[in-house]
Amino acid sequence: MDETRRGFLKAAVTTAGAAVTPDRVHAQGSGQSQAVPSDLTLRVKSLESLLLEKGLVDRAALDALIDTMEHKVGPRNGARVVARAWIDPAYKKRLLENAPAAIAELGYDSGQGEHMLVVENGPKVHNLIVCTLCSCYPWPVLGLPPVWYKSAPYRSRAVIDPRGILREFGTELAEDVEVRVWDSTAELRYIVLPERPAGTEKMTEEQLAALITRDAMVGVAKVTLPRPEANA
Amino acid sequence: MNGVHDMGGQQGMGPVEYEKNEPVFHAPWEGRIYALNRAMRAWRTWSLDTERHALELLPPVDYLRMSYYERWVVRLAAQLVQSGLVTTEEMESGKAAPGSTKATPALSLATSSRWLNRGIASSQDPEVRPLFKVRQRVRARNINPVGHTRLPRYARGKTGVIVRDHGVYLFPDSNAHLQGEKRQHVYSVRFAARELWGEDASPRDSVHLDMWDDYLEPA
Repeated sequence: MDETRRGFLKAAVTTAGAAVTPDRVHAQGSGQSQAVPSDLTLRVKSLESLLLEKGLVDRAALDALIDTMEHKVGPRNGARVVARAWIDPAYKKRLLENAPAAIAELGYDSGQGEHMLVVENGPKVHNLIVCTLCSCYPWPVLGLPPVWYKSAPYRSRAVIDPRGILREFGTELAEDVEVRVWDSTAELRYIVLPERPAGTEKMTEEQLAALITRDAMVGVAKVTLPRPEANA
Repeated sequence: MNGVHDMGGQQGMGPVEYEKNEPVFHAPWEGRIYALNRAMRAWRTWSLDTERHALELLPPVDYLRMSYYERWVVRLAAQLVQSGLVTTEEMESGKAAPGSTKATPALSLATSSRWLNRGIASSQDPEVRPLFKVRQRVRARNINPVGHTRLPRYARGKTGVIVRDHGVYLFPDSNAHLQGEKRQHVYSVRFAARELWGEDASPRDSVHLDMWDDYLEPA
């Protein structure tokens, strides 16, 4: 059966208009190019109109799915979770013990997050999230993953050379810091609870949330204060 | 299968290309194909495991060359025809076969938010006994199935320690092929970086993988 599937996929690739065309000059190498061949636009349009005509999909439902991912979920949700954990030790305890329930307290519970685990950074521990096999990612708190997270360079190297990956992101770790990589091979989804930077003691929850980046919650970066204004 | 998708530990893939202020979708077609894939899954004709395996079956050169959502376009077309929901003729012409009956979409606007909220099947079913315990030393089995598996090559044959029991999940190796759910425990297993990559790795670092009972043996 798999051989048949593979054969069909091969045929699908060649007839899909997905075969190499001259306008895909950027598509070499890492496979993460965003070059968009116009035939893909046409092909998806044609696929959608066929499925609409056959009554297999509903246009309003499709629009709602896209709207959710573009406007309702994203790293701002995760930033609010982290900021709350920083200012409320009882919430942080609940978050580390039962992440889905604690995240739902803030009103976030869409798919790919049912079985979420929060891993905490500290002075001597740094966590990094990857999915070497596909693109597993904690949607409700971070939204859809960025292209680099799904790309061959990140997926291949995060497990064998996490410190090298971190350096590429400008994150230098001391030798005595333990790096823990989490490869999302099952249905568990991970989010990093970054360290709260010094100098943020007087900040409100909203001010803290504004500092917290997607990259820090994937573990490729730390949360930092904005650089102070140059002296007048 | 030992496919090109199983990337952990491969070298020579180049530096990570970072895009500042990256949009959720880079072009409208990416959003449309994302939504079409999600909406078609509501028919339950295939599972998430089947979807993952369909990508693994892409010819390796195409897998590497294509962008993420381009793979989704090819996969959806293939699954529609494979499942019989769309005929090859319809796929080629872009038109429903004359006289064919019109279905009622499995996913409507009213059900779409509930569908997004639907979690992935798991349970704490006490009837399914764990084969291993937290803190137990285990070895990842050296298996090379030709079908779907979530046991990456880089961990096979390596020894680690179970740090957490996540509860009971469907077994992807059988579920992807509609050969049964084979529900079993999944554990977080900690592998020392040196066990995986040798003496050049940091003595402190580790990689945690989530592994089903059937991937493990006592060490």
